[in-house]
Amino acid sequence: MALQSLDIKQRSATTTPSPQARQTVEIAKLIDVSACIGCKACTAACIEWNDIRGDVGNCVGVYDNPVDLSADAWTVMRFTETEQNNKLEWLIRKDGCMHCADPGCLKACPAPGAIIQYSNGIVDFHQENCIGCGYCVTGCPFNVPRMSQKDNKAYKCTLCSDRVAVNQAPACAKACPTGAIQFGAKEDMKDYAEKRIADLKERGYDKAGLYDPQGVGGTHVMYVLHHADQPKLYAGLPDDPSISPLVSLWKGAAKPLATLALAGVALGSLFHYVTKGPNEVSKEIEDEIEREDERQLREEAK
Amino acid sequence: MIRDPKDLQRYNASERSNHWVVGISFILLTLSGLAFFHPAFFPLTQLFGGPVWTRIIHPYLGMLMAVSFLAMFFRFRHLNKMTPADREWLSKAKNMVDGNDHDMPEQGKYNGGQKAMFWGAALCMLLMTVSGLLIWRAWFGFDITLVRLGAVVHAAVGAAMIALIMVHVYAAIWVKGTIRAMWYGTVTRAWAKQHHRGWYRQVSGK
Ligand code: HEM
Ligand code: SF4
Repeated sequence: MALQSLDIKQRSATTTPSPQARQTVEIAKLIDVSACIGCKACTAACIEWNDIRGDVGNCVGVYDNPVDLSADAWTVMRFTETEQNNKLEWLIRKDGCMHCADPGCLKACPAPGAIIQYSNGIVDFHQENCIGCGYCVTGCPFNVPRMSQKDNKAYKCTLCSDRVAVNQAPACAKACPTGAIQFGAKEDMKDYAEKRIADLKERGYDKAGLYDPQGVGGTHVMYVLHHADQPKLYAGLPDDPSISPLVSLWKGAAKPLATLALAGVALGSLFHYVTKGPNEVSKEIEDEIEREDERQLREEAK
Repeated sequence: MIRDPKDLQRYNASERSNHWVVGISFILLTLSGLAFFHPAFFPLTQLFGGPVWTRIIHPYLGMLMAVSFLAMFFRFRHLNKMTPADREWLSKAKNMVDGNDHDMPEQGKYNGGQKAMFWGAALCMLLMTVSGLLIWRAWFGFDITLVRLGAVVHAAVGAAMIALIMVHVYAAIWVKGTIRAMWYGTVTRAWAKQHHRGWYRQVSGK
């Protein structure tokens, strides 16, 4: 990732500017849910390219397998049966990191350089800097990062940052047999989505649309949905995701202010000491006690 | 060697040790916790063997402190009941801070400020322990909203508590003759007569 170090947009827990020498084109992956057949070629490609192998799971009665994202499964297919316009529909959504423009994971991360956002939009976890606190899980509005049981580091989809750096499409996009996963410049992907949406509308899906949620500043993984008015239908895709107000409060301006307040208390104490002087036991009371002692001694001597 | 056998015993060895365990774990918790609080403090992780160790150790120190504070709480609770004289003391606290303690109301073993500190610390400890458990991912996986709430509470109460304890430590440094109560457990009679006259009369019979 040597060359990508030139175009870093944001770096976790870093308060000074990151290297901005080079601006790259904003990229995006477009997942056309209406064209997905649920074959999981993308899942297999992800496992192969990234060389991660989860344990073989069990069939839980539906097609979902692996059933959930994990440290060894960075993308999973989520299958939903629903009835729309009196017709059964089988919705298949490829789930994984959305590569938010305003990433909650990066905002929450306390470890410098453990989460990097490149100027092309990819949000990447650098596990060698990860401390295993799980704050990224707390920050993510899409419930994506997963902690590994083996090493306590957080893992998720990299959008194949290693492939993209050398001008290759992500492994999933390369493997998809139906063209449901497209990859390219974000602008081009939006244009491509327009065409798909127009086609869907022609076929009776009036509510077809693009999922590029502005609550997180837009994403670098976008969906074409036939029911863009109900993202929830697609295995609970959030309708209007944004970084939770609790996370913003936690990671907001209050922290530097609290830091200043603590410095204020420390300095305030020092200057209180210097200006008011110590609170000594008064000479008067010490003398009183000494006189009492002497009186007592005299009485005992009698 | 006892300098003056007439010094007054304020704390026994077990009470002092208890307080030191709480104090040491609090300082370590502050240093390790601040490391994650803001990037400016991240270098503090080097004190604990690096960032990963800091993350691992902090909650266990928290458990140690929670248990030892609980013991201290039950030891000192009965001495910290607020009385009308304490409230009067608190309303005049500004004079005290200005260095003028002449017309402060007579105080027992603890003054109103110390009692307020005791209850404030107890409340903070409770909030820090509960919120700390909520965000402890190594062992627990609570509902995401609870974890987020825990993160906010842990950070906010943590900062407030650090300020509170700074005031506590400074007060001990400012009032001369106090720190020795935590070293050897004794104070001079003059100290007691000046700062805690009610307690002085009670233990000296004068
Ligand atoms: C009482 C039991 C406590 C428990 C179980 C606990 C647990 C935790 C946990 C799990 C974290 C996340 C980092 C990590 O995994 O190590 C954390 C962070 C932190 N802790 Fe504690 N802690 C406790 C007490 C304290 C105390 C007494 C302080 C200091 C006043 C403190 C200050 C902090 C701070 C400032 C953070 C960083 C919060 C942030 O990232 O915004 N903790 N604590
Ligand atoms: S989806 Fe979650 S993990 Fe991915 S960039 Fe957004 S906040 Fe980070």
